[in-house]
Amino acid sequence: MSTPALKIEHLTKTYATGTVALKGVSLEIPEGDFFALLGPNGAGKTTIIGITTGLVNKTGGTVSVFGHNIDKETEPAKMQIGLVGQEINFNPFEKPINIVVNQAGYYGIPRSIAIPRARKLLTDLGLAEKMEQNAMTLSGGMKRRLMIARALVNEPRFLILDEPTAGVDVELRRGMWEYLKGLSGKGLTILLTTHYLEEAEQLAKHVAIINKGQIVEQGSMEDVLAKHHSAESGTAGYRGGRLEEVFLKLTSEK
Amino acid sequence: MDTYQLWISFYTMLRKDIVRMFRIWVQTFLPSVITACLYFAIFGTILGSRIGDMQGVNYMTFVIPGLVMLAIVTNAYSNTSFTFFQSKFFFRGIDEILVSPTPPWLLIAGFISGGVVRGILVGTLVLLVSIFFTGLHLAIHNILIIFGFAVLTALVFSLAGLVNGVYAKSLDAINIVPTFVLTPLVYLGGVFYSVHSLPQLAQYVTYINPVFYLINGFRYGFLGIADIAIWMSLSVLLGMIVVLVGINWYLIRTGMGLKQ
Repeated sequence: MSTPALKIEHLTKTYATGTVALKGVSLEIPEGDFFALLGPNGAGKTTIIGITTGLVNKTGGTVSVFGHNIDKETEPAKMQIGLVGQEINFNPFEKPINIVVNQAGYYGIPRSIAIPRARKLLTDLGLAEKMEQNAMTLSGGMKRRLMIARALVNEPRFLILDEPTAGVDVELRRGMWEYLKGLSGKGLTILLTTHYLEEAEQLAKHVAIINKGQIVEQGSMEDVLAKHHSAESGTAGYRGGRLEEVFLKLTSEK
Repeated sequence: MDTYQLWISFYTMLRKDIVRMFRIWVQTFLPSVITACLYFAIFGTILGSRIGDMQGVNYMTFVIPGLVMLAIVTNAYSNTSFTFFQSKFFFRGIDEILVSPTPPWLLIAGFISGGVVRGILVGTLVLLVSIFFTGLHLAIHNILIIFGFAVLTALVFSLAGLVNGVYAKSLDAINIVPTFVLTPLVYLGGVFYSVHSLPQLAQYVTYINPVFYLINGFRYGFLGIADIAIWMSLSVLLGMIVVLVGINWYLIRTGMGLKQ
């Protein structure tokens, strides 16, 4: 059996404010998987991603990326990761091409390699005509795609997407999903958080649902749906997709 | 990361900052040059002719090293404090580096080197401008001491700027230190006078001002005159570097002000 792309054991996080964000989360994502991490706002999804990528300090537990412990083998672990964060976090006064090339530089990739790679990524993501303009001129959807290009420039084995389609219109969102499906088909491991549950249901092979800092369910998408979904569920009122029904069942306050 | 990859990462950070400072040269280079011109015109030419000599050299020649040092100190400090604060506060651009395998010590090196470069560039511009006020004459006693003190001073204040940038939670916190701490320290550190021209008590107060030692060493490089021994200036400078490197290493490694 190959080394998992991500292995999290007993992960805990208590913020300085006293908020307990994670209460002993354990999670494993196999190599090549398309994994959906779902949960309501404030459940702990972004905290898990932040700890994995080095943006948040954990309180306890261990995290390994392709077998590299993030505390002891930080550099090899980070080499494997590409991150598309939830917030737009690039300098809007810079050009998209420079944003992507600079990101490659932080991974030790020389400009002679990074520039053609960045041009190809931006072209593939439909930003060819915008790559030499200031990033502030990009629309919301374009900014999201720029962030995907930036996350892919180091050719990661593990791509983490934290709500990458927030604020993106339907057409662009579908285009983005198709692009991600293509990447997944090439063997890239993807961790996705999203509130678009129907799409997660179609895309992801495995799913974990987190609520109030604890994983309340995880497994293959089919198993999770089969385990919790029944014909009687959600009979009254609005009915969403199967995953939505399961999600509400596991995270509802009632 | 191997040595080559570390170099690429460092070069990326430095290049990005240099491109930025040249793109907004009106904000980064011009103000210090104009301020220096005013100082040279007022203190050097207009008032300097009435003051006469200071420690055996004419007043204009005496103030040049101090004013160059003023430019180095303020530019090195503000460059690092502002770029770091901007990248962590305005766009969270610092995340680009934090998620990458770039180690904490290289992040420190990348940010402070931008401050050092700007400090040296602006200092050089101010020095070139000063030549027009001295009839194209520039006294140089020891070029190595001049260069060494310029680089080490830029390094010290770039490191100090990084501490400010890490702790700052608002733009006010970035502006307060240069205005209320840095400028008084530089002005009272002997830019415009020799410490020996002060009353005894004021001399003692000056000796606890670290900037005094930097200006003293820098001026020695130009004029060959010093208020205190050059090795003392160098010792204070190196001591400050060691302390500030330690503070920055701790802050960045633990993610203070950067990570939640």
